[in-house]
Amino acid sequence: MSNNNLSVISLVSIGEHPTSRRPRRAEQDARAIELGIKLVGDNLQTLHAGELSDDASQQTALRSYLGMGLTEINLLEMPENADAVLVIAEHLKQKNPDIILTGVRAENGESSGMLPYLLAEQLDMAMVTSIAEILSIDEVNKQAEVLQALPRGQRRKLKVDLPFIASVDMAAALPRQSAFGPAMRGQFEATLGATFTDEESSDWQIVDAKKRPKRLKIIKAKTAADRFKAATAKASGGGGKVVHGVEESAQAILDLLVEEGLV
Amino acid sequence: MSSSEFLSQFLFTLISFALLLTLVGAVKRMLLWSQGQSSTIHWLGLLQIPRRYLVDLHHVVARDKYMSNTHVATAGGFVLSSILIILLYVFQLKLQILTWALLGSSLLMFVGSIFVMIRRRNPPPNLSLGKWQRLPKSLMVFSLSFFILTLPATGILPSDTGGWLLAVLLVAGIIWGIGEMFFGMTWGGPMKHAFAGALHLGLHRRQERFGDGQSTGLKAIDLSAKKLGVEKPIDFKWNQLLSFDACVECGRCENNCPAFAAGQPLNPKKLIQDMVIGMAGGDDAKFAGSPYPGIKVGTHKGGAIIPIVNVLVESETLWSCTTCRACVDACPMMIEHVDAIVDMRRFETMEKGQTPGKGSEILENLSATDNPNGFDPSSRMNWAADQNLTVFGHDEKKQEVTEADVLLWIGDAAFDMRNQRTLRAIIKLLRAADVNFAVLGDAEFDSGDLARRLGDEATFQRLATSNISTMNKYQFKTIVTADPHAFHCIKNEYVEFGGNYNVMHHTGFFAELVNQQKLKLDNSKELALTYHDPCYLGRYNGEYDAPRFLLESMGVKIKEMDRSKSTARCCGGGGGAPVTDIPGKQRIPDMRMADVVETKAEIVAVACPQCNLMLEGVVEPRPEVKDIAELMLDALIDDVVEDMVGAQV
Ligand code: SF4
Ligand code: SF4
Repeated sequence: MSNNNLSVISLVSIGEHPTSRRPRRAEQDARAIELGIKLVGDNLQTLHAGELSDDASQQTALRSYLGMGLTEINLLEMPENADAVLVIAEHLKQKNPDIILTGVRAENGESSGMLPYLLAEQLDMAMVTSIAEILSIDEVNKQAEVLQALPRGQRRKLKVDLPFIASVDMAAALPRQSAFGPAMRGQFEATLGATFTDEESSDWQIVDAKKRPKRLKIIKAKTAADRFKAATAKASGGGGKVVHGVEESAQAILDLLVEEGLV
Repeated sequence: MSSSEFLSQFLFTLISFALLLTLVGAVKRMLLWSQGQSSTIHWLGLLQIPRRYLVDLHHVVARDKYMSNTHVATAGGFVLSSILIILLYVFQLKLQILTWALLGSSLLMFVGSIFVMIRRRNPPPNLSLGKWQRLPKSLMVFSLSFFILTLPATGILPSDTGGWLLAVLLVAGIIWGIGEMFFGMTWGGPMKHAFAGALHLGLHRRQERFGDGQSTGLKAIDLSAKKLGVEKPIDFKWNQLLSFDACVECGRCENNCPAFAAGQPLNPKKLIQDMVIGMAGGDDAKFAGSPYPGIKVGTHKGGAIIPIVNVLVESETLWSCTTCRACVDACPMMIEHVDAIVDMRRFETMEKGQTPGKGSEILENLSATDNPNGFDPSSRMNWAADQNLTVFGHDEKKQEVTEADVLLWIGDAAFDMRNQRTLRAIIKLLRAADVNFAVLGDAEFDSGDLARRLGDEATFQRLATSNISTMNKYQFKTIVTADPHAFHCIKNEYVEFGGNYNVMHHTGFFAELVNQQKLKLDNSKELALTYHDPCYLGRYNGEYDAPRFLLESMGVKIKEMDRSKSTARCCGGGGGAPVTDIPGKQRIPDMRMADVVETKAEIVAVACPQCNLMLEGVVEPRPEVKDIAELMLDALIDDVVEDMVGAQV
């Protein structure tokens, strides 16, 4: 694909390995870079919001994006208590990119998954969630065709007007290997971000997330074939219906409770 | 002028001229080598060339008695004849004794050349054809011409015998002979191996290998260099380039290479020849030996400043290697194939990020969790929850220790259910022998073997230095491990990073305990058993005896496989080969299991967790796979009970 005139910026964060909790390149951000490199090659710009940490393992994690063949990562420096969304938005406004790529959600920190939405709002751009691929770009009509990842391997083709923000799903192509040499030699270009202090978060209390309880699936299948079906079948959400009226609603709730053996 | 006077004058001119050309060729060849990167020049080694040729090289050649005798006659006759020819015809020292000597030496060489000729009548596939088929004829013509030429001078035949006709024939023969033997030596003929080979023996990058020494650890590289690993031929060290030129295309490496036998696209001999092509520039059309299985000869070309991978050599070729070292061990010219392969892998991994198969995932896991499969690093000791092991550390509440006689290195077998059985056996044996040992627990990282052989020197160095700094916090006399890969790394490759340890493989350690009667084994086991030598224990570290001693102590008569000890066939598990998983016609472990079945053994004893997995991965029915430690545990005579009874009486 030759999309030479296209300006694509990929946002990268420092990820966290799920078991060792060590910093690493975030899986979705790495996929975003992969997608970006395939789209525009060397023209891909990369932005990381934050300063270069003194911590060696944090640096190595950030450098591992460079190891994918980028020549540099732009660092948008901001104080710790800054509101990253506003700082990034301010920066991106000046850059006028056609496409902004992010992960779906960060691997640590707030990990709310809100960043792409908030940026889209700030920049007044379209936002496509969980894309797996950018199929084509029509630079004349300023339109792109993207493939959105849905659960269970389903895909939906969408047309979206440039410029837009897309969050890249785990279903996107695997990121290329990060090579040590280029990772060590790549450069960081620092820019000072605007100052926007995050007023709210200073009052927050942070606790570790708990795993949500999950309903056990009870399968009463008799044959192997049935079990196989039960394990692979798409959970049918057929039970849901819109109920009007107090009586009916109460009846529906009561029925459910009876069904579950709770009353 | 008589024909003999003419000959004498003509020879002076011809030989002087040929020597001059040879010299020019030699300088040109040296310039080719000097394109390589700098590396220590071991000048003193040059003095050792004759010794190294006669002892070290012939030690390897002599595995094929026929060839070693043939080579002694031919090469000895040639070297002697050359010296005499120069004295007689260039320096014109007309001494009768020299003439007689030349008569003898050329005869010797002639006899040798007949045997070369016989070997070449139906050449086995590992021998190269082409110019190498011409060589025996050239040897013959050279020796015969000088023999006949010398006859009249000794007075056996009257001078001017044969008149001008013979003179013309001799001139033709001598031009051919000298062309091949002198000129060809430095201009790329088959005799190049003698010239480059002699220098290579003297200037070898691993001087420690000579005189029965050992040097098998990979060499570290500077990670801050502008380029990591070898991309182009000129990125090799100069002495590596020289070593490639020493190859005689004997194909012994090819005969011993498991990847080649399995039909994977690797032939160590062709690889070395390709390096020569790369260094000198050209294509592989003239290569007259076996191809890389599945890749046609004549489709690749290279040059000194042209990248090697996927131009001259396909990347699959590099990644097929199990680093088993069978080629290096079999090579009479002591060429280091594995070094070259790993050098090129380093560039692929650290500069291009092109480790095939699961390589990239494994390396990322090693970075994030210090074990190749990405298990939670804090679950490293889960397997030993019931073992009550003493752990090195400073937390007295947990009864950690800072001192023990033995540091038991667990390795990544900790995460593998099959090999946990071996570990449990080892622990029982150590306890039975009252050995004071402790483990590093979660502080132990992967040894770095896999990362290094996948070309990721950076990860290797991080793991090695972390392990060293962890171990340096504690006091112990010996490291014992059941994993020959960790054994090799810690013993031979940590040294460059300041880790000097006394490391023993569990078989070596247990052999000592059995010797000292600290472990008593029931020696009435009548097992139909064979033993598979792990590459990293055998060829890398020369340990062939301890495992056999232990098996014999159990009363086992080992049914040795044809390929055993230094020629043992790899299980296919080394060098990251299972990770890169390059397809071939068959699987290496299947071939090894066929070797086992041939002995009619019902059990194959192993001494390495990787061999264990590879061989157990062969479909049933097949002989049972057991680690020596497991067999020992079965045969252990536990005299704790007897002692207790004795104490009571
Ligand atoms: S090390 Fe083993 S697999 Fe690799 S080339 Fe040599 S013989 Fe073949
Ligand atoms: S590399 Fe060694 S073993 Fe292989 S063909 Fe050349 S000389 Fe023979």
